[in-house]
Amino acid sequence: MSDDIDRTGGAPEDASPAKAPAAPAGQAGPQAIRAVPVRHYGRYVAAVVAIAVLVAIVYAFAQGKINWGAVPDYFFDHRILKGAGQTLLLTLLSMLIGVVGGVVLAIMRLSRNPVTSSIAWFYIWFFRGTPVLVQLFVWFNLGLVFEYINLGPIYKNYWSDFMTPFLTALLGLGLNEAAYMAEICRAGLLSVDEGQTEAAHALGMSHGKTLRRIVIPQAMRVIVPPTGNEVINMLKTTSLVSAVQYYELLRYAQDIGQTSGAPVEMLFLAAAWYLVMTSVLSIGQYYIERYYARGSSRSLPPTPWQRLRANLLSLGRPKGALG
Amino acid sequence: MTTPTKQDGGRATASAMVKAEDVHKSFGSLQVLKGIDLEVASGEVFCLIGPSGSGKSTFLRCINHLEKINAGRLYVDGDLVGYRQQGDRLHELRDHEVARKRRDIGMVFQRFNLFPHMTAVENIMEAPVQVKGMNKGAARERAAQLLERVGLADKAGSYPSQLSGGQQQRVAIARALAMDPKLMLFDEPTSALDPELVGDVLDVMRDLAETGMTMIVVTHEMGFAREVGDSLVFMDGGVVVESGRPRDVLTDPQHERTQSFLSKVL
Ligand SMILES: Nc1ncnc2c1ncn2[C@@H]1O[C@H](COP(=O)(O)OP(=O)(O)O)[C@@H](O)[C@H]1O
Ligand SMILES: [Mg+2]
Repeated sequence: MSDDIDRTGGAPEDASPAKAPAAPAGQAGPQAIRAVPVRHYGRYVAAVVAIAVLVAIVYAFAQGKINWGAVPDYFFDHRILKGAGQTLLLTLLSMLIGVVGGVVLAIMRLSRNPVTSSIAWFYIWFFRGTPVLVQLFVWFNLGLVFEYINLGPIYKNYWSDFMTPFLTALLGLGLNEAAYMAEICRAGLLSVDEGQTEAAHALGMSHGKTLRRIVIPQAMRVIVPPTGNEVINMLKTTSLVSAVQYYELLRYAQDIGQTSGAPVEMLFLAAAWYLVMTSVLSIGQYYIERYYARGSSRSLPPTPWQRLRANLLSLGRPKGALG
Repeated sequence: MTTPTKQDGGRATASAMVKAEDVHKSFGSLQVLKGIDLEVASGEVFCLIGPSGSGKSTFLRCINHLEKINAGRLYVDGDLVGYRQQGDRLHELRDHEVARKRRDIGMVFQRFNLFPHMTAVENIMEAPVQVKGMNKGAARERAAQLLERVGLADKAGSYPSQLSGGQQQRVAIARALAMDPKLMLFDEPTSALDPELVGDVLDVMRDLAETGMTMIVVTHEMGFAREVGDSLVFMDGGVVVESGRPRDVLTDPQHERTQSFLSKVL
């Protein structure tokens, strides 16, 4: 493997200046390179074009018959805040169901037991194969099939009272998500070298411990990035659940739009809120990825700030190069 | 430095630690082991040589039941591997029973198989804490001692990716020793190493042999086999072709297949 890591004594041996005839004698260390850096004219052109297009679009929208003043007026309206909160809550809880369900399904799918692996296969086939909106409607209308919910002495109620819009939305989104997460988790579990399981078993670890302590933590490096994608997708998919009478951000925005006479403006407002929330979530993703990258030989993914700075710097002349 | 105390001191001496009787193993239609008979005495360093594909790794993996044998009998420390005999019937052991037996058998792999998301010391602590329920403080202390024993006291906090191959393999040996095994299996422990790193690993194994550990070593290091080994077996095509004292087999092989193999590797 990489044997060069164990270089003892960090100080590089002073490179002998002998083979560099231009190096002035008596100067310590090798002579730094001074060269005119390559100019990236393409970058300037692309930046100018992009800014021009952006300005044109902004101008067009500013000219349009849209009452932009309504957006800040309602931006922090308590209904909007409540809606954003409901959207976030539904996203996080559905993803929780999705991730836990996905891990369980993936393990079932990979198990040697043909019964459990078939059940998992069927579940994934069904929930991935039907539109989530249809699934939401089915949950919503399940009262037609079951009149009561009866868990013996623990709980008994009419189905329609039990299945609140919130629960409908949560089950609909969460169970559907579990099918997608199952495939992501399966890919993650398969990405871990078999030697790892073997080493753990050889140490006397049980299947469960091996999964929990050895395999899953390593699979996370593969699982987290697409899961971040799923979270962001979920945040936006929650806008469907107004169909089952659950009030979330988009629904509240539309309601305000109806009463205030600014329906389109409220859609822009909702879009802005979705953007804010997805941005915050992607920042969280960076830190989770960094956590699971520990021990990996490749360098950690940069934080959003590091990326932003790097991007800004690379636009201009690469200043650090000579430093 | 700690010396693993032999827990089976009271047992009758010269008892076989591993005994194989006509062991067969196939993968589908591919017959890999075609009747292995051998005996490894307690405290012995037992070397296993043979060409690639002859079934050496498979045999090692059968010993700790990572592979199931198809026919024959395999005993470790007097107990049948993977089964319980009741009357004249064999009952398969449950997973947790198999896991319990594996605690006593350390294994070192060609590709090290350290856990990459844990530091060296965490790798060593993992099994004692998770499997034996040892408390973390004691496990960490023990891990530090083991790291010192393999000459890596200063690498406790390093991740495997920050260690050279030789260092990783020595951590892997320490990890196996942390469970206080009564038997150590080595599957070509130096084959993936750069030549200049082989010596450090062999030194650790030599020290371990001196403590009286029973070791089965699959290796191509004939020097090590000759010097440290108590017995040596040459395997080819899933059978034991020749066995004896390492010096005898290596210098004066009786069998023609052994001669041609040794002429290639020596
Ligand atoms: N899990 C497996 N499935 C199918 N064939 C295997 C498996 N493990 C090993 N083999 C085959 O068994 C034979 C012996 O392998 P192995 O025991 O690794 O040999 P050695 O360690 O002596 O080089 C090889 O032909 C190999 O391809
Ligand atoms: Mg092998």
